Amino acid sequence: MPLAAEVQHFAGSPHWTWYILFYFFFAGLSGGSYVIASLFRLGGERSDEGAARLGYYVAFAALLPCPVMLILDLGSPLRFWHMMWNTTPGAAGLNFKYWSPMSVGVWALLVFGAFATLSFVEALVRDRRLRWSLAQRVVRLLDGALGKVVMVVGAVVGLFIAGYTGVLLSVSNQPVWSDTWALGGLFLASGLSGSAALLLFLLRYRPSADASAGPLVVSERLYAVLELAMIVIFALTLIPAGALDTAFGFPWILLWLVALAGLVPGIGGLLTDRLAVTPEGVAVSVQTASAVRSVAIPGLILLGVLALRAAVIFSIQ
Amino acid sequence: MVEIKPGQAYGFFTDTSVCIGCKACEVACKEWNELPGNEPAFGDGYDNTGTLDAQNWRHVAFIDNVPDETMGTGAGKAWLMMSDVCKHCQHASCMEVCPTGAIIRTEFDSVYIQPDVCNGCRNCIAACPYDVITQDEHKGIAQKCTLCYDRLQGGMEPACAKACPTESIQFGPIEELQQAARQRVSDLHDQGVTQARLYGDDDSVYGGLNAFFLLMDEPQAYKLPNAESAVLPRRNNQGGYLGVLGTAVLAVLGGLFALRRRREPAAETPSGTHAVPSGTAPPSGVDPAPAPPETRRTGETRETEAGEQ
Repeated sequence: MPLAAEVQHFAGSPHWTWYILFYFFFAGLSGGSYVIASLFRLGGERSDEGAARLGYYVAFAALLPCPVMLILDLGSPLRFWHMMWNTTPGAAGLNFKYWSPMSVGVWALLVFGAFATLSFVEALVRDRRLRWSLAQRVVRLLDGALGKVVMVVGAVVGLFIAGYTGVLLSVSNQPVWSDTWALGGLFLASGLSGSAALLLFLLRYRPSADASAGPLVVSERLYAVLELAMIVIFALTLIPAGALDTAFGFPWILLWLVALAGLVPGIGGLLTDRLAVTPEGVAVSVQTASAVRSVAIPGLILLGVLALRAAVIFSIQ
Repeated sequence: MVEIKPGQAYGFFTDTSVCIGCKACEVACKEWNELPGNEPAFGDGYDNTGTLDAQNWRHVAFIDNVPDETMGTGAGKAWLMMSDVCKHCQHASCMEVCPTGAIIRTEFDSVYIQPDVCNGCRNCIAACPYDVITQDEHKGIAQKCTLCYDRLQGGMEPACAKACPTESIQFGPIEELQQAARQRVSDLHDQGVTQARLYGDDDSVYGGLNAFFLLMDEPQAYKLPNAESAVLPRRNNQGGYLGVLGTAVLAVLGGLFALRRRREPAAETPSGTHAVPSGTAPPSGVDPAPAPPETRRTGETRETEAGEQ
């Protein structure tokens, strides 16, 4: 795999700005929440069911703005369907280019939308908030192996949705973006970290799911470490191309500082509480956190997720 | 007069050694293609067009390289002028990434953006290594040189080549242009102009450019990437997706690991307070539910516990 060392960049800016920033943000949260929810169901305990359903609610809600952002960003929004259907005279047909992440991403978003909607409806039915007989019949089908297949496939597509946006940037001839292979992994780790923080915050409103707080805290710490590792790798890959200053120079360093501040709760927790297991076997450390703090910390983490994407997107445009 | 037949590859040979910077090509292009005028950009030099974009499909670049000390005549590097244009690459980055199929190769082997298919996603702009394409703000689509596709269909050569008074821009079948270019650079070398070189006449740059150039300096002086840097966007697919895959595997393992950690007994603290995660706390007045003793998988009993929520 050739690294982009010594590459001379003369490409112009695509002017992907605020809509794309928030699409990347919400895609990371949606895909990440779906993955965490599925992990709760597949590897968790009975008491994690409430958190799993919460995860599916968040995955669906965070997905809703995604197509809106993408369509509004287009120069010709009413032609959004041209992404899927080629209208070239004499060559009309489905559009799919496996080598173009934007093309793959459109279909992945469509597929993920189906999974996220299905799991959302399932959570509503199981929570008895939706009593349509058709929905209940569909949900009954998901009780067995089919349900697990949906969760696994949906989680795989969710991982893709949270991470492919970084690959989309890399598959270009832009400085920084095309000088690294780490953006996809970085966005994925960041999306998962933000999702864990968001779910932790929302657990406040689902007391029956409180037993899942411990695993979420530990997950958030591990994802923060993963994100920090990817930031380091991202920076290292930029050195041969001489693009470090472009990505991390002023004023973008301020956004990176916010992104790093978002990692402090997770990495700090890991340093102080390790993996939340004390020698006495206490699941998580006792702490009488104030309500303000329990809002501020997830808020800081989510702000970091947004700032990281902003630094990557805006620094070269 | 060049005979123009569908099925044959046509293009431009732009000889910068005879460009005088008159901008007749820019004017002819705007006139034929009905491109709007734009506010001139006044900088340090005579280049007040600025760059190729949706309104400027030809751009006479003035590369100001005037030395501080007096030079002899004929050095040829004080002012480099080049009528820049879309290169109509054989391996076109824009065409590679376009998700709508709007960018096609025509029967004249040119690269063409279909205006009624493009939806303005701007992926081609991020991909084009020559900064040729931009989005038309009014039409909401990406635009660039069409190699005067409509004129070619009518058997006419592109407007810019027809207007060029010095034959800096030559239009014709690619093979004929390549022969002429190689002869020209050979003649220049014989005359002692050793800095003359061709760019894009062979397949070393994007498989060959249908609009190639005779340059008087290194390609990067004209903002053209050298052969080593002329790489396609898709080169990053493999590394990018492998990075996602590796991170995904670690993330799933980490998530499963976190779930295992919680299986340590959720003990009551000496003070009787139940454990809560650091950094978060349940709302005041809400008693955290104790961890259930059983560890049965939820998939088997999700329906039965729905009423608990």
